[in-house]
Amino acid sequence: MSGNGIADGASRARDKAPGLSLDVGESFGKGVQSYLIGFVLAVWLTGASFWVVQTNVIYGPAVPAALVALAVAQMGIHLVFFLHITTGPDNTNNVLALAFGVLIVCLVIFGSLWIMTNLNHNMIPMKDMLNMQR
Amino acid sequence: MSMVSERSSLIPADVAGGSLAFGSSSDAPGRGEGGPTSKSIVVSFGFWIFLLSDIVMFSAFFAAFQVVAGNATVPAPHLDMSNLTIETICLLVSSFLCGIASLGAAARNLLLMEAGLLLTGILGAAFLFLEIHEFAGLIAAHQGPADGAFYSAFFALVGCHGLHVTAGLLWLGTMMAQIFAKGFRQDMLRRLACFSLFWHALDIIWVAIFSLVYLARFTP
Repeated sequence: MSGNGIADGASRARDKAPGLSLDVGESFGKGVQSYLIGFVLAVWLTGASFWVVQTNVIYGPAVPAALVALAVAQMGIHLVFFLHITTGPDNTNNVLALAFGVLIVCLVIFGSLWIMTNLNHNMIPMKDMLNMQR
Repeated sequence: MSMVSERSSLIPADVAGGSLAFGSSSDAPGRGEGGPTSKSIVVSFGFWIFLLSDIVMFSAFFAAFQVVAGNATVPAPHLDMSNLTIETICLLVSSFLCGIASLGAAARNLLLMEAGLLLTGILGAAFLFLEIHEFAGLIAAHQGPADGAFYSAFFALVGCHGLHVTAGLLWLGTMMAQIFAKGFRQDMLRRLACFSLFWHALDIIWVAIFSLVYLARFTP
């Protein structure tokens, strides 16, 4: 195994790409540990999501909020342990891009829901609309 | 067995690393000092931007589904809990094994990498089989994409994810063959890094789908 073939400058770079660095010298044991921690946490959160909809312990109308919270938590686990996005100074570019992505996603989803709910409130109820057509 | 090629290096390593500091104390590349950022970092970062824009596209499908589902007058499909559980486990384990495959590539262990990718692909194919089976059942029960806005939005969102998984499986097969034939060359490693990002991102989207679409909207 040759370990000196990387002439890419990556080993000395200050910035990190998202995901696992495939350069020679990544510690195997430490890598497996990170993926295992992420996997166990993800399984646990997935199990919690499935449990939340099947149990009566949680107040019914709060179930969607619980599902959203568990989903966001699991996405965070995936980002940290599988995609290796961290808050370190070598990850600034990745985190900034992610923050912009999250901003757009929130604008699209909450903006759409807000506008469509508002439209619904301002609409003539369907019954009155049918009466007007008669 | 020196399988790492020097081909991708267009600039000498000492210049890229910044040992020829041009009158500055910083040797951080990519910040206007110390030479350009290495290609592996630029490629992965570019692919990260692509993945984020892909997630933005999915968010539009999500918004459409949530709006339509909130006003739906048709009954929601019956939630097949065991099918959903197996699908979720398949994708989660395959995401984990994809990580093990990249660790195999980082250790230049061809057997570990190919075995990890093969199992990743088998689990991905199992997921896809279960999803197509479920879609066929819904269409047969007149809850298909042509049977109302609710089902259209559902099929568009979940089907788009399924198409991504299909493309990922084709990419995975290509990576297995290319790395087997060409070894751990720098360009191969860059492609593998991008594939692994893609596969992990698909699992993130599935987390949103199984909890916010299936568990939250379908009647148990």
